[in-house]
Amino acid sequence: MKITYREAIRESIREAMQEDEKVFLMGEDVGHYGGCFAVSKDLLAEFGAERIRDTPLSESAFVGIGIGAAMNGMKPIVEVMTVNFSLLAADQIMNNAATILHMSGGLFNVPVVIRMATGGGKQLAAQHSHSLEGWYAHIPGLKVLTPATLEDARGMLISALKDPDPVLIFENSTLYNHQGELSEDAGAVDIFKAKIRRQGKDISLVTYGIGYHKCVAAAEILAAEGIDAEILDLRVLRPLDDATILETVKKTGRVLIVDEGWKSGGISAEISSRIMEKGFFDLDMPVARLGGAEVPMPYAEHLERIAVPQVETIVAKVKEMI
Amino acid sequence: MHQPNKILTPVHISKADAQHLLHQMLRIRRFEEKAAEMYTQGHIKGFLHLYIGEEAVAVGIMDALQPEDGVVATYREHGHALAKGVSANSIMAEMFGKEEGCSRGRGGSMHLFDAETRFFGGNAIVGGHLPLAVGLALADKMQQKQVVTACFFGEGAVAEGEFHESLNLAALWQTPVLFVCENNGYAMGTALDLSESEMDIHAKAASYQIPSEVVDGMDVLAVRQAAERAAAHIRSGKGPYFLECRTYRFRAHSMFDAELYRDKSEVEEWKKYGPITSFIKRLKNQDLISEAEILELENQVAAEVNESVKFAESGTLESEANLLRFVYSEKKLVM
Repeated sequence: MKITYREAIRESIREAMQEDEKVFLMGEDVGHYGGCFAVSKDLLAEFGAERIRDTPLSESAFVGIGIGAAMNGMKPIVEVMTVNFSLLAADQIMNNAATILHMSGGLFNVPVVIRMATGGGKQLAAQHSHSLEGWYAHIPGLKVLTPATLEDARGMLISALKDPDPVLIFENSTLYNHQGELSEDAGAVDIFKAKIRRQGKDISLVTYGIGYHKCVAAAEILAAEGIDAEILDLRVLRPLDDATILETVKKTGRVLIVDEGWKSGGISAEISSRIMEKGFFDLDMPVARLGGAEVPMPYAEHLERIAVPQVETIVAKVKEMI
Repeated sequence: MHQPNKILTPVHISKADAQHLLHQMLRIRRFEEKAAEMYTQGHIKGFLHLYIGEEAVAVGIMDALQPEDGVVATYREHGHALAKGVSANSIMAEMFGKEEGCSRGRGGSMHLFDAETRFFGGNAIVGGHLPLAVGLALADKMQQKQVVTACFFGEGAVAEGEFHESLNLAALWQTPVLFVCENNGYAMGTALDLSESEMDIHAKAASYQIPSEVVDGMDVLAVRQAAERAAAHIRSGKGPYFLECRTYRFRAHSMFDAELYRDKSEVEEWKKYGPITSFIKRLKNQDLISEAEILELENQVAAEVNESVKFAESGTLESEANLLRFVYSEKKLVM
């Protein structure tokens, strides 16, 4: 069936709520407005205000309420409009969700799912456009998912709801309209492994989220020029799937990491470091990275465009490497 | 700054009830005195925040709760844990960093947890546990359970955004939370009048449409009566309730506090009207307790406290191979 990324998530939420009355959705404008990105459109009419719960602009409280409810038998899906707003709830995510299992010596687990939009590309400037998923991947106790495909948009939410621990799902906001084919019986997916989505022998493009789609386009251009790029979709930023990363390194010997987040102290730095620690002798050349320019996201279209990796910059960088 | 109540009002309770309440307060007092001693001897490390002086609040509130009711507390929570039924042994062992501790030595003094008694921590980010309490209560409400979640916090938490966000949502969603503000006059070393433009805390709760009361937090009976009213209100499905218990901390904020911010005379004055001292005087006035009976209670408490130290001393240190346990659940993900 033809479906958009937005609809894939919506259907996933709908099915989870039909199957399990403990699942409920909560967040700013998820109900009457239909979701800031229209993900939860029509769900209020179907499930009612108890389970499609509009919240005030109180990120810290409603994320914390999700954590508390998860500790006490419910399965909340908390929607935070954008990753920048999630910083208002960073206390709850870092100090409670990620720590309670450990601080309680294993007594209380926190099966909360927190979804949020991430990334730029919509000229929303420096308080709505960042890619901070790498920050959250820094924190032990969290799982960090970055669905790039329709299958993952649908399946990762299903798996996240079955996970006993806090799971953060980062949905790139430019992907919501992305349309494609999704099998009718698409269901839960693995949320621990990265996936090699394009086989190639010359270079490995290691990426996730929107970066995956840019790498696909770049690989097609490169293929026409005789360069065979492999694409590794990380899918999960915590825990990182070292084995699959090292597998592609071994195969191609050349690695370009593509991430819209900043490089300094970012997830691309972490991946590069792990490759150096564990796959150094499989490399034919130093690991290269394309990341976000080290600047708060500018508003002007031409500046925003060059602030993150684009298809042509990926193509150019690969050519430079081969 | 509030002042101690100096009037010893008559009590109208049975001898057994009187002794039970006194026993609970003495358990907390003596347990913490022992903890301070263990701290000075180096058996307990990190932070140790003593509740001495405030015992009437935890004891009065817990006495109005049922076993299935939940409690979310602060980092000054030994008393709450003891009063809720967490064993002295497991608390002392926790502070000794032993595997037999209620949080397996992962939490320490500030993070006591116990699933059996529904004790949800031990939270050390001021105000950060108020959303948790509203969430726990929301889950009970959505599962049609007639359960109260009691959430304790100091008056310092009132300055945090999470306090206001949580009160608003608790009221808006009518969640069964009993908010208990333990107003001891000082947020660490900052007096209330240096931090709040509106010092009447219960008025803030009222502004969120939450029924609220000011209670003499040094009077265990007054606290219990208020908690009973509050619990009845909450259980009847009418939403949250707020108690501001005005109390006083006799000891330093933590063991590192030189107490430069208050006069020793102020502390001494409050001690004269302490929750245990006053309660004993009132009981004696009505022949509800004798010196021999007090001694008997003290002996019982001393035995429990001494046993907890032995238990903690003989506990085991968790294997270093287990360092990375409890970061993620050990249950397998069902796919």
